[in-house]
Amino acid sequence: MGWFWKFTNSSIGKKLVMTVTGILLIIFLIIHLAGNLTLYWGAKAFSTYASTLELIMPLLRIIEVLLALVFIFHIINGIRVWWGNKKSKGVENKISAKSKNSSIFSRTMIQSASIIFIFLVIHLDTIWYPYNLGNGAENLYGIVTGLFMIPLYSWFYIFAMALLGFHLNHGFQSAFQTMGWNHKKYFPLIQTVGTIYAILVAAGFASLPIYFLYFHGR
Amino acid sequence: MSEKKINLKLKIWRQSAPNTVGSFVDYSVSVSPEASFLEMLDELNNNLEKNNQDPIVFESDCREGICGTCGLVINGEPHGPLPKIATCQLHMRNFKDGQTIWVEPFRAKAFPVIKDLAVDRSAFDKVIQAGGYISVNTGGVPDANSIPISKDIASEAFDSAACIGCGACVAACKNGSAMLFVGAKVTQFSLLPQGQPERQSRVEAMVAKMDELGFGSCSNTYACEAECPKGISVKNIAKLNREYRLAKIKSKNVEA
Repeated sequence: MGWFWKFTNSSIGKKLVMTVTGILLIIFLIIHLAGNLTLYWGAKAFSTYASTLELIMPLLRIIEVLLALVFIFHIINGIRVWWGNKKSKGVENKISAKSKNSSIFSRTMIQSASIIFIFLVIHLDTIWYPYNLGNGAENLYGIVTGLFMIPLYSWFYIFAMALLGFHLNHGFQSAFQTMGWNHKKYFPLIQTVGTIYAILVAAGFASLPIYFLYFHGR
Repeated sequence: MSEKKINLKLKIWRQSAPNTVGSFVDYSVSVSPEASFLEMLDELNNNLEKNNQDPIVFESDCREGICGTCGLVINGEPHGPLPKIATCQLHMRNFKDGQTIWVEPFRAKAFPVIKDLAVDRSAFDKVIQAGGYISVNTGGVPDANSIPISKDIASEAFDSAACIGCGACVAACKNGSAMLFVGAKVTQFSLLPQGQPERQSRVEAMVAKMDELGFGSCSNTYACEAECPKGISVKNIAKLNREYRLAKIKSKNVEA
């Protein structure tokens, strides 16, 4: 398997690791968003969603471990790519025309990723941990809506989701390019779908704290 | 004939040797708008030499946009502000009277500065030596058209072969990545029948050499395509990614 290790450590292989884990995370976000949107139908709908997931309990834990591995590979490999690329550039030009020749989304992947990572840690600590490993008396709807009532928590949530949209807008089409699927006929469509996906995911997630902070029960 | 001249303020990177600290030096020039950017630098150098000053080192050869030797970062853009031209094809009429122009060398770890604006791009030669060729037995000259190639394929391969190896893609890239250059070379050979025998070993060897020389990973900002004087498309990078992945899966070379 030495060749495989060398492959994943090559400049193109590292990008493929980002792509494969990125595509899995893109799919995960759709499922996560669909589940979260049940919050709009109230406590009962949301609890039904949560308890439906628990029907596959032993399997759910395995999926969670795999998901965690996907996140870890995406994060660690991403940092490795960023750091290696920084070294490959070395000294930068004093004057830069980067805003003329590339998009802000593509240039700020590490910055958007950093904020999303901070969000992820807070997210797991305040929602996943108390629900799954807390004292058992916790009700998921109560935890989530309680947190959304805290303005600072919600504002950071919204900010992180906006940056997630930035990250996905570049990441979606970038995954296709790295796989080598850049075709004259289809690539413009892929870019458009990527942008729509990024907006829908960011707006979908961010709509929940906005709703609970400003509209729910008023 | 009285010709109207434009006055420009230049801030040019001066560095006396590879490992010394460089800095920007200010120069004022009065130049014909019809002069090319390199002619403007020639005039400046003539004046510097007249005053017993060290002339500015920069590279050039054909001065008609085909050799890939000249290459300066002008106001932050490799080959200057106009699309699809080399530095030698940039004329002073594209600048306004009184404008300040920053002139810097190409920047990448794999392209160390030799002196002033000249950088060592022999890394590209090493990548080509690793696999950017086809092996043929010597002998009589083969008949033209003895290997049928459709016009479409020939044109597509030519689009990739239009790369002049100037290094602007590496200079434009925030990652110092040579993917557009290597992608163009790999694509050109992989499309043509002559490139088939070494198709897998070529891409494996060229990518390994590119990585060894310290070029970065592509993060798909597409700055390379925007700055390429020959308009080489990032589809060449997609093709490189695909060729490399398939070579890794299919080739019998377990060492590479």
